[in-house]
Amino acid sequence: MSLSPTILLTIALAPLIGALIAGLLRNQIGRLGASSAAIAGVALSCALSFQVLYQLVWGGAETFNQNIYTWFQVGDFSTHIGFLIDRLTALMMAVVTFVSLMVHIYTLGYMADDEGFSRFFSYIALFTFSMLMLVMANNFLQLFIGWELVGLVSYLLIGFWFKKPSAIFANLKAFMVNRVGDFGFILGIAGVLFFFHTLDYASVFAHTDALSGKTLELFSGHAWSAATVICLCLFVGAMGKSAQVPLHVWLPDSMEGPTPISALIHAATMVTAGIFMVARMSPLFELSETALSTVLVIGATTAFFTGLIGIVQNDIKRVVAYSTLSQLGYMTVALGVSAYSVGIFHLMTHAFFKALLFLGAGSVIMAMHHEQDMRYMGGLRRYMPITYFTMWAGTLALVGMPGFAGFFSKDAIIEAVHESSRWGSGYAYACVLLGVFVTALYSFRLLYLTFHGKERFVVEHGAHGHGDHGHHPEPGHLAHPPQESPWVVTVPLILLAIPSVLIGWYTVGPLLHGDFFGAAIRVAAGGHEAAQEFTGALAMVVEGFAAPPFWFAFAGFAVATYVYLFNPALADRAKQALHPVWNLLDHKYWVDELYQLVFMRGGVALGRGLWKGGDVGVIDNILIDGTSAGVGRIAATVRWVQTGYLYTYAFAMILGLVALLGGLWWVVRT
Amino acid sequence: MITLAHYIVLGAVLFCIAVAGIFINRKNIIVLLMAIELMLLSVNMNFVAFSRYLGDVSGQVFVFFILTVAAAESAIGLAILVVLFRNRATINVGEIDSMKG
Repeated sequence: MSLSPTILLTIALAPLIGALIAGLLRNQIGRLGASSAAIAGVALSCALSFQVLYQLVWGGAETFNQNIYTWFQVGDFSTHIGFLIDRLTALMMAVVTFVSLMVHIYTLGYMADDEGFSRFFSYIALFTFSMLMLVMANNFLQLFIGWELVGLVSYLLIGFWFKKPSAIFANLKAFMVNRVGDFGFILGIAGVLFFFHTLDYASVFAHTDALSGKTLELFSGHAWSAATVICLCLFVGAMGKSAQVPLHVWLPDSMEGPTPISALIHAATMVTAGIFMVARMSPLFELSETALSTVLVIGATTAFFTGLIGIVQNDIKRVVAYSTLSQLGYMTVALGVSAYSVGIFHLMTHAFFKALLFLGAGSVIMAMHHEQDMRYMGGLRRYMPITYFTMWAGTLALVGMPGFAGFFSKDAIIEAVHESSRWGSGYAYACVLLGVFVTALYSFRLLYLTFHGKERFVVEHGAHGHGDHGHHPEPGHLAHPPQESPWVVTVPLILLAIPSVLIGWYTVGPLLHGDFFGAAIRVAAGGHEAAQEFTGALAMVVEGFAAPPFWFAFAGFAVATYVYLFNPALADRAKQALHPVWNLLDHKYWVDELYQLVFMRGGVALGRGLWKGGDVGVIDNILIDGTSAGVGRIAATVRWVQTGYLYTYAFAMILGLVALLGGLWWVVRT
Repeated sequence: MITLAHYIVLGAVLFCIAVAGIFINRKNIIVLLMAIELMLLSVNMNFVAFSRYLGDVSGQVFVFFILTVAAAESAIGLAILVVLFRNRATINVGEIDSMKG
């Protein structure tokens, strides 16, 4: 039994058609029509994705690898649009379409008052199509197309409120930083093409030994292993998309976009594209120990240091954004120790609970009339119980409470790092363990500041009319008391909370310890050995209570509870006492400032230099004006020869005659 | 004994005097015309000398042609001079520089 190409094409194209209808016909069919078209496309795609996943896992369907359409042909090199559907792809498709569907439904409530409602639906449906193209690709070029398309949609959606200058700055920044990553990525693809003469996954992965012993001399005298160079280039792409240090700066700023987007693109799916890509390229990455160590160290750095920033943020969405960065770091660490299946597992669980946390944060923001600062929240649990409980579920999953989804995946990552003997794994182990503490600290801080404690906002009954909805002269002043969000918001929250709590129980066995991914992920001999005595999810949970990560998480929980729930004054005192540290974190290690100084100012200075020196100086002044001025000067010099007096001309004639005769004589004589 | 060399040197001297006359003279166009005549005469002198030396009379025939042409040329030159004087009221070489670029 095999998968039908028609179904796969439908999965990919249904969201695209929905996007086109919602985008191009939005003035004809109205808001309801546009949103229905987009939701219908994504829902169809989601249902079929689950069908495909079911067929692959339980139906015994074989891996599908087929070219659908030949795009172009150059010499004996041809590119195709095709699908490679194995269990890795099918899992990603299911996650992407499910979270996307949830976000679509949620958007109905969140964007209800926005004038860009239909445009928004068009964009997110287009995103679903792009992401599916990315994960379903069977060759590098199609992967790159999907990669760029999701980047484009991300750009469009960060700047969705294009009248807000900060949103425009943020989307430009995201686009620029991603260009750096994409440059590395396309270099990596070029390297693959150079050595393998094909971009097809199956042929490349079948001939990975073609790379062994090959070297590349990028600078004369330094020969580097080709596998290392290619993998590092590909990983630069992953760093850009998955926001790893030092290309992480765009992700927190991307919170300028609407919250559903932060949930879908900047937490659950698009930013995990880099993780997916590295897992997909595992046969290549396994060739280079150096590349994997780099991946490990960068992932560990991201996991710990960006988590620290989350502690000092006051914007509810930014806390979740830094948490996303940190969790992406965890996934990267898993890749770095060759535990690809663990990385993908964490990707999946993270997609559910992080989407849940973002949508929950969005629900809070709606209740607070688009106030995002946690300093003006507090005590919201009485007003919005569903959001409160689902947020708790998401938080417990995030911090790795044994039994919740995040526990299984995060514990597996930490275990894998602990057992790895790869260079850098000691550092990584320290980072991920401390990261667990940090994660618990900022997560519970968010919960306490938002839902517990005193109400730090003022409800002004009748002070404001209905006209200035969501429009405050002063922060923390609400026209109405906060209330629970409508069902289109809470239903997705509940639907996401269920997998956040439960999915670990059912998937940890097959994904980590069974041969779930089969040939999709290849680990070199001596790499990560997943199957150390696995005795079932329950035993893992019981062991989890005794393992160090749990105690680190508990310590974070205890600190957060004491500081933010029982003794709020202590937080301010700690801030005073640790001012240098707080300052460092508040400024995000001055990375943004550094980039502004070096790259932005540098770029401007370079541009100005080229403009003043190159364009105005050389081209305008020397080449263009210089030519005419030179002609003028030569003419002015030569003009004095032309005196106007007869005798001068006669003299010139005689001189010429003498010269001519002399020359003639000289020629004749020799 | 007067040899061919003497005649040729005389011709060269006359030619040089004529060239010098053209350049050094900054005053009078008539002197200019005279210098040109002198140049032609120096050429004639060479013709005659070589004709006599080589025993070929055709050289002396050319001299007659040149003299004739020179006379005609002087006539035309003086006529132009008269017109020039009528127009500019001067025959000073230094003032006639309308060919300046």
